[in-house]
Amino acid sequence: MHAEMLVRMVNQIAEFYGTGSAPDIAANETLSHLKRMWAPRMCKQIVEIGSDDPGLSPISRVAVGLLAAAQAQKRVAG
Amino acid sequence: MYAIDHHDYGTPPSDSQVRVTVEIDGTPLEVPEGTSVMRAAALAGTSIPKLCATDSLKAFGSCRLCLVEIEGRRGYPASCTTLVADGMKIRTQSDKLAQLRRGVVELYVSEHPLDCAGCPADGHCELQDMAKLHGVTENVFAKDGRCSERITHESKARVQALMTDNSNPYFSFDPALCIACSRCVRACDETQGTLALTISGRGLASQVSASAAELFIDSECVSCGACVEACPTAALSEKSIAALARPAEKSVTTTCAYCGVGCSLKAEVIDGQVSRMVPNRDGHANNGHACVKGRFAYGYATHPDRIKAPMIRAKITDPWREVSWDEAIQHSANEFRRIQAKYGRDAVGGITSSRCTNEEVYLVQKLIRAAFGNNNVDTCARVCHSPTGFGLKQTLGESAGTQTFMSVMKSDVAIVMGANPTDGHPVFASHLKRALRAGAQLIVIDPREIALVRTPHIEAAYHLQLRPGTNVAIISALAHVIVTEGLVKEEYVSQRCEKEAFDKWRSWVADPRHSPEATEEVTGVPAATVRGAARLYAAAKNGSIYYGLGVTEHSQGSTTVLGIANLAMATGNLGREGVGVNPLRGQNNVQGSCDMGSFPHEFPGYRHVSDDSTRHLFEGAWGVELSDEPGLRIPNMFEAALDGSFKGMYIQGEDLAQSDPNTLHVVAALSALECVVVQDIFMCETAKFAHVLLPGSSFLEKDGTFTNAERRISPVRKVMEPIAGLADWEITQRLSNALGYPMNYQHPSEIMDEIARLTPTFHGVTYEKLEQQGSIQWPCNAEAPEGTPTMHIGSFVRGKGKFFVTEYVATPERVNGRFPLLLTTGRVLSQYNVGAQTRRTQNNVWHSEDTVEIHPHDAEVRGIAHGDWIGIVSRAGETVLRADVTDRVQPGVIYTTFHFPESGANVITTDNSDWATNCPEYKVTAVQVVKVSKPLDWQLRFRENRESRLPSRREVARETL
Ligand code: SF4
Ligand code: SF4
Ligand code: SF4
Ligand code: FES
Repeated sequence: MHAEMLVRMVNQIAEFYGTGSAPDIAANETLSHLKRMWAPRMCKQIVEIGSDDPGLSPISRVAVGLLAAAQAQKRVAG
Repeated sequence: MYAIDHHDYGTPPSDSQVRVTVEIDGTPLEVPEGTSVMRAAALAGTSIPKLCATDSLKAFGSCRLCLVEIEGRRGYPASCTTLVADGMKIRTQSDKLAQLRRGVVELYVSEHPLDCAGCPADGHCELQDMAKLHGVTENVFAKDGRCSERITHESKARVQALMTDNSNPYFSFDPALCIACSRCVRACDETQGTLALTISGRGLASQVSASAAELFIDSECVSCGACVEACPTAALSEKSIAALARPAEKSVTTTCAYCGVGCSLKAEVIDGQVSRMVPNRDGHANNGHACVKGRFAYGYATHPDRIKAPMIRAKITDPWREVSWDEAIQHSANEFRRIQAKYGRDAVGGITSSRCTNEEVYLVQKLIRAAFGNNNVDTCARVCHSPTGFGLKQTLGESAGTQTFMSVMKSDVAIVMGANPTDGHPVFASHLKRALRAGAQLIVIDPREIALVRTPHIEAAYHLQLRPGTNVAIISALAHVIVTEGLVKEEYVSQRCEKEAFDKWRSWVADPRHSPEATEEVTGVPAATVRGAARLYAAAKNGSIYYGLGVTEHSQGSTTVLGIANLAMATGNLGREGVGVNPLRGQNNVQGSCDMGSFPHEFPGYRHVSDDSTRHLFEGAWGVELSDEPGLRIPNMFEAALDGSFKGMYIQGEDLAQSDPNTLHVVAALSALECVVVQDIFMCETAKFAHVLLPGSSFLEKDGTFTNAERRISPVRKVMEPIAGLADWEITQRLSNALGYPMNYQHPSEIMDEIARLTPTFHGVTYEKLEQQGSIQWPCNAEAPEGTPTMHIGSFVRGKGKFFVTEYVATPERVNGRFPLLLTTGRVLSQYNVGAQTRRTQNNVWHSEDTVEIHPHDAEVRGIAHGDWIGIVSRAGETVLRADVTDRVQPGVIYTTFHFPESGANVITTDNSDWATNCPEYKVTAVQVVKVSKPLDWQLRFRENRESRLPSRREVARETL
């Protein structure tokens, strides 16, 4: 998928969960949404794009970082 | 004429709980208070003669044929207008009654031609029945000289002056056969709510006319057929039965395959063909009503364009080659397996159809999960109501509407938001109009002035004519008023909702930036209007919300659904009759296709694929290991096709190339696939990109069930054999077997048994129960063995209701100097979605091309006149449509429908989508319009090749007179 599109989608999700919530809670809600609703290949791609992508919002960055950690853990466990 | 197997009770039932005892011809009987004497007698097995009464309409008492004797009362009261009283003793038969009734029948017969043979109603005409019953075989007035000169003169003059009106494509009106009983007029008023008919003149000269004595086609008539169904003679009758000229052999009760109202219909059959479709008066969703689509537009099922044989081709540029079923199925299976071997297990996927039955949808998602071995399954709900599923699940715990359609009759205030029920959900609109005529109030939230804002005898209390794309802002403004003016139902909220989430929401929405005054600039709706609407809804004893695609098809579609649920919870409007949150779902089985596990992250019953116990349950039943991670959604499949990682698709009855946004993008993606298997009844737009065509079956050619927007599971019954030999469930089963994953169902009932076994909300559903009850609203299980008409009584499915903060975020699709107008889309009554079915019927008489509505001001500054071709250019593409200059739209907004492929509405819509579900943002596209001289070349090619170019209404009316 277009990297730009994926970045926009994560930002939209983070924006929703970010309203009125502390950033760490919002990042966890965003992470949970990605895990529940996105296909693995989309999750993998956003992790490859990286949490330091300048297009990502601050909450998105944290969420993508958490997703990368979760995937690494799963690889180790699997 | 009502259905051939309908037993008529004369007047509607009473819903009183109080019982009274009466005596009918000496036999005691207990009936509800408020029952008519006529109905009581019918319940006792005695049919009192009648002409002006029928059990779908309030009693009128005009024909005086239904006279009875009541002990202790003088005279001979009409049994249809006389209500029972406790202890009442009624005589329905006596010599005097027989004499009086015979006199009445003689009078009617004297005014009616006596050539029954050849009449479309012969054998099923109530006047003919009454004449036979009373031994009246001739016009005694003419014979024995009793006929006064006045009668003869008036009758002759009247009949001569009257001509049959054949202007409607589906029914005709022959005034010579009319007995002026006014059943048609009352049906149009009471059942349909259009008030198109009147009886003019008096006595024997009285005559039915449409609007101001116009032809039906030119009148306000919306061709629902209610008057035709109510007519006791052939005065109003279907042209289809006149053509066949003999009575139907049988009646098969089935369910409409058009919109999400899911009307129950009776297909009357002659020689294996449908002779007419009659609404089922026992239908729980429709109560004996239907619209022009379900009632009349079923001819597509036998249209010559139907695909009748499987076809394959190596490349999409090759010609099609007809092959046997076996070859087509084996070829498809080989291709899918080849692709998986070369590109990986996840390189294939499929789409389920919201037009197919629950059983067929279930099989396709089962094939994808079990035979393909991934979760790459999605459905057209992606592009319509996926935000509903998400939003209602999050807030209330169940991804479905909360009420029955009839619940609206108990509403005091109804909000209709982003929906146009008179066109999209016509039978629900008729129920709503009935509630409004009985005193309920209406709030419309829509950028357009939809018909419900002002119709005969109805005016919305408020019309919040917001700018497209500002739904969330308006919902927050309504909530702000409710919170800050002390209108929250505190006790309800504290008992039934999560406190922390509510407190957070309350303090967030109370912020002055959400006030109607602050949001007015964004929404364009005057603050006073918003405040008035919020107070009206919050103060209502029962307030209900109905919404459509105008809510969901936005980049914040899910946010609006969450906001709507917030409003309902805050005002205590969930968990009883008359209230609720009610998505008006588009296609006949879009609810069912979602229920059946069509989403890539959910098994049937909305259970996440990562849930171990659910997955193990399915693994046990299906005998395979299943993926625990969500698959691709439709837009993701397209993206993956373009990046080369997705190569094959099995598409069951969906026209993605026409219905999905940003057509150019979709076309590029479909063209990039190595194997597209399309299963459809017509050569749809998507079929142009297919390598295999599997001819599907229409709803008339199979058994199964549909689930409507009220969660109502209704039976679909086979009326004729599948034209190409196989029902869709049989095709999927064969494909699965060819893929090496065995399926061996003998009948769809076995599939439903499996669904019921594996899905808690369906545990109690069986075909036997459907047969007994007529329909079942899920959840249906041990706790609710007969189903659940109203959800969330006492507590929410998720336990405590959860409020969500719903911040308004403007869509990225903004107007600017280059694209200064907002385009929004919708639908018309006579056409359905991409038009594949209705375009192949005479419904084209009402709408044979899509036009674009533009406000007079916007038209004038661009030099555009009504009927001009105008080019519409967006950031995604361009198209050309004819201008309809009207103030139904506000300045700055244009509106079109997408029923014809050459309209290209989706060529110009962008790929913006809902943040949570990827539902495309069809409802907001920034555009510019300019006057042009003709359509684009590709549109002209479409128009030339189109299956049917029908003449205009005027031409039809003139030709058929
Ligand atoms: S077809 Fe429907 S709208 Fe038209 S006159 Fe009859 S009842 Fe009224
Ligand atoms: S058209 Fe039919 S229903 Fe209407 S008044 Fe005449 S007989 Fe009655
Ligand atoms: S299209 Fe909808 S309203 Fe019309 S008959 Fe069919 S289900 Fe009923
Ligand atoms: S049926 Fe009762 S008056 Fe006509």
